[in-house]
This record gives sequence, structure tokens and C-alpha cells, in this order.
Amino acid sequence: MRIGVFICHCGSNIGGTVDCAKVAEKAALFPDVVYATDPMYTCAEPGQATIESAIAEYRLDGIVVASCSPRMHEPTFRRTVERAGLNRYMLEMANIREHVSWIGKDVESNTNKAAELVAIAVAKLRGNTPLHSKSFEVNKRVLVIGGGVAGIQAALDCADGDIPVVLVEREATIGGKMAKLDKTFPTVDCSACIVGPKMVDVAQHPLIALYALSEVEEISGYVGNFTVKIRKRAPYVDWDKCTGCGACSVKCPSKKTPDAFNEFTGVTTAIKVAFPQAIPKKAVITAAHCRQMSRGKCGVCAKVCPTGAVNYDMEDVIVTEEVGSIVAATGYDLMDWTVYKEYGAGRYPDVITSLQYERLLSGSGPTCGHIRRPSDGREPRIIVFIQCVGSRDRSIGRPQCSGFCCMYTAKQAVLTKDHLPESQSYVFYMDIRAPGKMYDEFTRRAVEEYGVEYVRGRVSCVYPDGKGAYSVMGVDTLLGRPVEITADLIVLAVGIEGSRGAGELAEKLRISYDNCGFFMESHVKLKPVETNTIGVFLAGVCQGARDIPASVAQGSATAAKVLGLFARDRLENDPQIACVDMRRCVACGKCVRCCPFGAIEEVSVRDEQKAHVIETVCQGCGLCAATCPQGAVQLAHSTDNQILAEVNTLCRY
Amino acid sequence: MKTTVAYYPGCSAHGFSVDYEKSTQAVCGALGIRLNDIPDWNCCGSTPAHAVDTELSAALCVRNLDNAVKADANELLTPCPSCLSNLRHAAKRMEDPRFRARVDELLDNPAPAVFPEVISVMQGIARRFDANALAERVKKPLKPLRLATYYGCLMSRPAEIMDFGDPENPTLMESMLTACGAEVVDFPLKTVCCGASFGIPERAVTARLSGRILALAADMRADALVVACPLCQMNLDLRQKQAEHAADAIFAMPVLYFTQAMGLALGVPPGRLGIEKLRVNANGLIDKIEAAASGSTAPVEGSRP
Repeated sequence: MRIGVFICHCGSNIGGTVDCAKVAEKAALFPDVVYATDPMYTCAEPGQATIESAIAEYRLDGIVVASCSPRMHEPTFRRTVERAGLNRYMLEMANIREHVSWIGKDVESNTNKAAELVAIAVAKLRGNTPLHSKSFEVNKRVLVIGGGVAGIQAALDCADGDIPVVLVEREATIGGKMAKLDKTFPTVDCSACIVGPKMVDVAQHPLIALYALSEVEEISGYVGNFTVKIRKRAPYVDWDKCTGCGACSVKCPSKKTPDAFNEFTGVTTAIKVAFPQAIPKKAVITAAHCRQMSRGKCGVCAKVCPTGAVNYDMEDVIVTEEVGSIVAATGYDLMDWTVYKEYGAGRYPDVITSLQYERLLSGSGPTCGHIRRPSDGREPRIIVFIQCVGSRDRSIGRPQCSGFCCMYTAKQAVLTKDHLPESQSYVFYMDIRAPGKMYDEFTRRAVEEYGVEYVRGRVSCVYPDGKGAYSVMGVDTLLGRPVEITADLIVLAVGIEGSRGAGELAEKLRISYDNCGFFMESHVKLKPVETNTIGVFLAGVCQGARDIPASVAQGSATAAKVLGLFARDRLENDPQIACVDMRRCVACGKCVRCCPFGAIEEVSVRDEQKAHVIETVCQGCGLCAATCPQGAVQLAHSTDNQILAEVNTLCRY
Repeated sequence: MKTTVAYYPGCSAHGFSVDYEKSTQAVCGALGIRLNDIPDWNCCGSTPAHAVDTELSAALCVRNLDNAVKADANELLTPCPSCLSNLRHAAKRMEDPRFRARVDELLDNPAPAVFPEVISVMQGIARRFDANALAERVKKPLKPLRLATYYGCLMSRPAEIMDFGDPENPTLMESMLTACGAEVVDFPLKTVCCGASFGIPERAVTARLSGRILALAADMRADALVVACPLCQMNLDLRQKQAEHAADAIFAMPVLYFTQAMGLALGVPPGRLGIEKLRVNANGLIDKIEAAASGSTAPVEGSRP
């Protein structure tokens, strides 16, 4: 074998703390190495040209690039060697940036370690063989999980690109959090009026199949060929018959049902359509509060329904859908704000979340858009907004900024003045973060035109003052003075976390998520909508805090990714997969049982049972190779012999 | 292991909070808890020592802990939250070997390896008598009384040192007073500052802060504030006139130590509880309890509405 080694300086990133020329010098002496050099930027065009010309000039048949993490540039260099006529798997990388130069300052030690990593890569490369992908068909349908504004945008853009869409929404209606908002910043236009038409588009689009009140139960398969089981929860109303007329909820006698759509600011009936613009506009029964279903006495809704749609005996249904790609757009939920005992959150009725306040402002909310205190229905005069409740607070393990609270708090303060001209709003803030288009102008308007009092500082304590109002104690850190405000209503801008159940879904999708339940993107800057599972994309707040414009943009971005993926009729698999040596296989079945992807089957070969890897399903994790007692399963590109060669290089004595 | 208790009264017990000391002794006596003073105990250093030098402050506290160990104690009770805080902070800081070495240099003898556990008298009673056990011993229920509990800032904070339940909303005193038959209001300012030692250099601060606590207790129609800290008691009781003056209001709010309230419930004669030492007269409360105990339901003349 004739091997070429390229030790990248990466400018001063590696060259600053590794003597790259010396590493190249040492590498030239490694077995089979016929050429070694140290380019300044190997990934740049001249660097790649160096590789290509070296392959031709020295008749190289394998390349080692010692540079950054293979997660960064392995695809780049694979294309380079391919252009020069080699198989793309005749490349090995040694990570001497993240693993060496960025973590140590001692040039001598770094140089030695870099040389050792290169030696390992050379040893492995000597065992590499050319690998070839198999191609497989793509099922050009997409599953979108979550029908908030990001999911709606992704679904509509995919469908407009002639891709059939399966849209799964956990709640009874799509629209997500945006449908609950009264107005949107910075234009103060009606939220339901701008998301509503998009919701209708979803309902009317011939290529979108909408499953509301449904959840993803199970996902199997791989890019191009996912199989998804969806649990359609029973609404106890036959949606094929229901016309959404609402006669049932008018007559329903169980009028004390907690109203989840209104964020529990009010009560509703046990059977109802979520809200006037709901899509699908279908009734759902809350079983726990239905008199017929909990006590067996009532049945009023079944009697009044003009189409006979009510069916108390309905059960959940599992449906199976085949898709080629998945978009996760599951959004967020508020973190548990009741940990803030000092604010009396969850204890005092007039300490509410901003999402609850949004429902009080909304014309379709429990107070028909009149701001009234939950405790006594009185109009508040003094309203205190507290920002960063559960954001930027290390003491409860939430160091991150929730992004949009500064803006919606300003919006709510402005709306409060519009609703109640006699009112006075105070906002306790840490910093005003308003970096979007027309955002800072908007917060200035709240201060300058609407007379909202912004107090920079934190609130230490909220307590009922015994006279029907609340004392808010805080500090003004600009004046260096304690502040005490007697308020009628306190609105907490509660921080966000990944939607309830996001972790379980991430595990089904085999993607990563962080400790707040937000899904991890493939690369925070360069692959913001991709994930580490090929064919699974992210849209909206499920990936991290962002506002409506950014969520919509990301919804469209995922659609572009899906359309790009589906532009090809066939996809190629990664040939770095397991392979069974039939002569060694004793059909013990251990590999079949340990495979997390169901990629190994038992086949009959000349009347003998043997394990067989389904090439397009195998993800190359290597569990079977480690499990096989016979050493019959080998992982292509990481065979036992290659791994031993690496170890032997490092531990020669 | 058998629990041997040592008692650390603290200096205020022998000074302005002699009523706290008397009532603590009386209640523990009535419940059969023996309080043996640590032999030859010294000042815990209070605020001045730890404000100037944590090692010096720890040395003062460790000498007390050492004497308790020599008296074979494995549990140390103290009524005063400030003493409690200093003793617990010292024990915690001594876990750092470098800190321990420096403190040892200041002491005649090296500190013992293991210290007795330091807890408040309130916790000491609660450990031995749960709500039911306490209720069984009540002779004169505090039923007619509506009480507001006030812990002050030190009893429950910092949470990781004091280990007193929810640092913002402790509820131990409530459960004990409820067991004694009282109606206890959910008092939101129970851990908010009373002004502490600002009573001396900045009297207006203490008047305002204590006034806020007293005003809320009055607005919540409490018959009395029940406290656990000598300094809080002084600010709320002795300086109540100053707070009234600053707020231009009349509070007339009796401020009892929790041991006094418990003592009344356990049937200890008021004279042995130091009730007469309170600046704001609490006789109305005693009359109410007595009237309820003797079966009379008629409102007592002169008691708060």
C-alpha cells in the first residue's frame, strides 16, 4: 500500500501548539507511508489540490488527513479522494485539533500525541478496503410531528412541493401556542387571524393527512423508509359525522371541566370544540369530567347531536404510516413555575403566567377579552410583570434565555394600557433583549408612549397584603434601592422547556436532546435543522427558544431539506455496516436479539440457519460485532483486525 | 445510639430574652426534655465575630462544641437562631481540612473529629413529639387564638446549612402551634427581614421593616405574632412603639416566643413563662385561653376583636 499523510496547520488552530512539520517528518517513517506533508489549510481549495496532485504523482492508494474532527470535514476529504480516483473509504482522519491542539498548550507533548494519532490512523488505513454503497428506493412522503406554526409551515411547504404529508398533532386542534395568543409583536396583529388561515390551508390541502388528538407511538426504519405507528386517541365523537355545530357543548351539564385550551384560567364543558377557529373543528369529550362516562348517567350530548356522532364506547386506534422523512416540530411547554415559591406561583390566584394572561386578553378567552383578576373578577389597576421567571437562573438549573419573553411582556403591557387606560404596568427585567426587526422600537414605544414603568431588578417576594391586593417587593438595581409595589395582578414571564414528552419522542426518533428537553441539531451553526439521524429534521421551538418569524422560517427550511432529500428517487446507504461470515456463524441468535434496529434476520442457507444483515436497515453501530461469540460479525471499515492494529500501534511494548 | 442532649442558651438568654429562656426551660421541663448547659460555654461570636473573621468565629463556636463533646453530648439544642447559625456554619466549615487546621491553631486543644448535631430547640421538641404526641399533652388548647408565625431570616437560611425545610416557607412552627389547638394563618412575611441589628444604627429601617410585618399580621386579623428569635422579638415587641410611630398606626400586637405559646397550651402557669416581660401586653390572650378552657364562650372584655 502507498499512503500519503497530510498534517493540517488549520492556520494557528493546530500549528500554534503542534509542530506540524515535525509530525509530518515522523509520519514519513511509518509503514507504507511514501509521502507526508503539512499544508496550511488542508480543507481549502489549495489544500485539497495538494492531496489530489499527491495521489497522482506518488500513485497513492490511501490518505491520512490529520486535522479537525471527522464530524467536520470527513465528507469533504472523502469527496477529494474520490475526485482523484480513489474509493472514498480509503481515507482516514486523525483529530489533532479538538483532541490535541485545542486542549493542551505544551508543544512537545502535543506534537508527540499528534504523531501517535497519525500512527494509529495509518495502521487502520492499512486494513481499509474499498467499500461500495447499495442504493434503495425512497418513499416520498413526510411525517410532521406537531401542528404549531412551525409544523404547519413545514407541512404546507412540503405539500406545495407535491410531497404527501402526514401531520400528527397531540391536541384536539392544530395551531399550537400561537393559536392561544391574543396579539403578536411587534405589529400587534391578531394571532388567531394570521395563523387561522394557515390552519384552514392545512385542512383543505389535498396532500395533507391530519391526525389530531394523536401521538407517535413507535418509529422504525431508516431514512427513505420509516414506518410510524400513530395512536389516534379516542375523542368519543365520530369525527366523520361531527359537523362542529356545538349543540353538544351548549347542553352539556358538566360545566366545571378545567379548560386546558384557556390554560386553566376558566372552566368549560366536558364536550366541546377547543376554540372557535379550531382545525379540525370537531368536538372532543374529556372523559374524566363526562357524567355519562364517569357515572353512567347523562347522555345529553348523544341525544342533542343532530348527526348522532357521539360514541361513548370509542377506543384508541393505532394506524401505521410509511414515510421517507420526519420533521419534528413539537414546540415547548412552560417550565414548572411553582418552584418560585417567593412569587407565590401556584398559591395565589392573581399570580398568573403570561400565557394565562394572553387568554385573559383574548376575545375567545374565558373573560371574552376583558382583563379581570382570577380571584374576584375585579379589573386590575396596577399590574406587575416579572420577567425571567425560569430563565437565566442558575439557581434552578435554567441558565438559558427564553428569547421571546422581553418582547411579549412589552406587548402585553401595551395591550393592558389599550384595554384599561387607567391602569399602570410595571415590568421587572434583567436586560431588555429585543434584537429582531422593529423589536427595539417596539419596547421603546411601550416605555415612551404607553408609560410602562420598567424597573431593572429582580423581585424577591410577592405576598397578599391582607387588603385584597399583593405586595411586590423587589430591587431597582439602577437606582440601588428597594422597591415595593402594591399590585392587583402579577404576570410571570415563565421560561420554556421542550414540550412535555419531548425526551421520549427523541428516543423514538433516535436524536439527542438537552437537559431542558430541547432537541439537538446536527451542527449548531451549519446544520441547524438537521439531526444526527439522517432524514429527521427539526422546526421551531423544539430545537430551542425562538419567536414566530424564526419558527416559520425554520419550518420552511425543513421543507427545503425534505424536498432536497426527495429530489432523488434512490438513496445510497452507508456501507460501513455489519457483515456476517457465514462459515463462522453458529446461528446462536445473539446478534438478532441485540440489534436495536432489527437489522439482522435469520435465513436458511443450505438447510442451515445463518444470521444475515439487512444492508439498508443496518446503522453500523457495531453492537452485533461486539456480541458475536464467534467473531463472525465484522463491521466494515472497523474490523476487529483494524482495531487491533490500532491498539498494537499504540501499545508496542 | 442513645441521644445525650447538651443545651446552649446563648448570651441573650441571660439578658434581654430571659423570657425565652424561662419559657424554653418550662416547656422542655413539662415535656420531660432535660436541658444540661454545656459546661463553661462562651459567646458564639454573634454577628460581629463572623463579620470580621470566620476563623475566629468558628474557634469560638468550636470551643463550645468541644465542651459539649467532653460532656458526652451528641445532640446540641439552642433556642437562638443566630447561635444556631454560627454553630452550624462552624461545624460545616470545619469539614475543610485547611480551615480546620487554622482554627486548631487558635484553640488550646485541637477540635474533636466529630461534633454533636446542632439543632434548634424547636426541632429538638418536634423530633421527640410529633403533632399527635404534642396534642395529647395539651391541657389548655389555644383554640380561640389566631396566630401568625414569624421565623425571621436566619432559622431556615441558608438552606444548605440550616436544613430547616423550605427556606422561604418553613412550616414547623405552624404544625406545632396547630397541634396546640391554635388557628395559624399562612403568614407570607414569615422569613422576611425584621430590620435585625439596624435597630441601633438606623432605627428608621427597623421601624419600617418591623412595621410591615406587624401591619400585615394586624391586617390578617392575627391575635399575636409567634417568633423564635430574640432579636426579632425585640424589634417587633420592644420597638413596636417605634414602628407604630413610623407607620402612624396602632398595632397593639403581642409578640410571643413559640415556647411561651406552647407553654400556655401545656398548662404552664404564665408566671413561669415570662409573659409579664412582654412590652405589648398579652394578658388578653391568656384570658381567652382560660375562658375557652373553663367552657365560657362569651367574648372576653378587652381582647382584640
